[in-house]
Amino acid sequence: MTDPEAIPVTLNGKDRLVPAGITVKGLLEALELNPALVVVERNREILDRGRYSAVGVEAGDVFELVHFVGGG
Amino acid sequence: MVEDLGRTSKPRETMDVKDTPFRIGDRDFSSRLIVGTGKYEDNATMVGAIRASGAEMVTVAVRRVDLDRTNKEGILHHLDPEKFLLLPNTAGCYSAEDAIRYARLARAAGFTDWLKLEIIGDEKTLLPDTHATIDAAKTLVGEGFKVLAYTNDDLISALRLEDAGCVAVMPLASPIGSGLGVVNPYYIREIKDRLQVPIIVDAGVGTASDACITMEQGVDGVLMNTAIAVADDPVAMGHAMRLAIRAGRLAYLAGRMPSREIAVPSSPTQGMLD
Repeated sequence: MTDPEAIPVTLNGKDRLVPAGITVKGLLEALELNPALVVVERNREILDRGRYSAVGVEAGDVFELVHFVGGG
Repeated sequence: MVEDLGRTSKPRETMDVKDTPFRIGDRDFSSRLIVGTGKYEDNATMVGAIRASGAEMVTVAVRRVDLDRTNKEGILHHLDPEKFLLLPNTAGCYSAEDAIRYARLARAAGFTDWLKLEIIGDEKTLLPDTHATIDAAKTLVGEGFKVLAYTNDDLISALRLEDAGCVAVMPLASPIGSGLGVVNPYYIREIKDRLQVPIIVDAGVGTASDACITMEQGVDGVLMNTAIAVADDPVAMGHAMRLAIRAGRLAYLAGRMPSREIAVPSSPTQGMLD
């Protein structure tokens, strides 16, 4: 919490600290998520997969990381 | 010589009866059964039951990845999207706005622009909010989605959903997960009679006879999940459903005898002994 290099974000409804300067690509790697199977919504906007390495995570960002599960 | 039919010919497992293709949008299906992937005890059973059912299209839901679990596998680790056409749903949504958000997320996954649109209006019965469904359908069709809309067994809502551009309209047999079967076959037949798009009965089928009776109404297909997933033996029930859907379709095409409330003897009344 005292790490000056960490910024607060919301990931799937929970407050988390992530390293400052991390990209969305880096965030998915840190979470061990396969970018081909996960959809990223950032501040209510769906992020195009081609932009993951270009988009930096900013303090206060709200992310929803979703995928397909069993359903009827 | 009398041909000995009884000993030389076996009844065929399947019959070639003239039928129109089961076409949704621009796609033909050989199976009239669409199955869900929820509620299974394990993934191996799910895959076995889907294979046994013969379904080519399967529904999936969009949910948050559970970031606290080390195993973050989604369903596509078990279900090859090359082998099954995925039909993402908007289950759990209670407003047009929510359903549109889930639909866009589903399409962004990159597998399909097909969508099972489902907007619930009441927590207890899980009956659909048809007004919100029609509104959402208009928006999503405008965005290029192929919308299969879950709705009530109500003709007017079904007509409006067709007008909105849905590729299929999916009235319920009875409430989701109830297993009550078709509670209103007359309304289902009326919807089938009046709409041009395929009618797929979605929700309420409990066992094979329900599926068969549903198909006997002349609808194009059936979508089910719980009936197979929570059976004691889901793989066997998947197979039973495959046969029931086929049997119901054949019976519909064959044209049933009229039902009447008086008995009519099957054997001749003439030629009886004194």
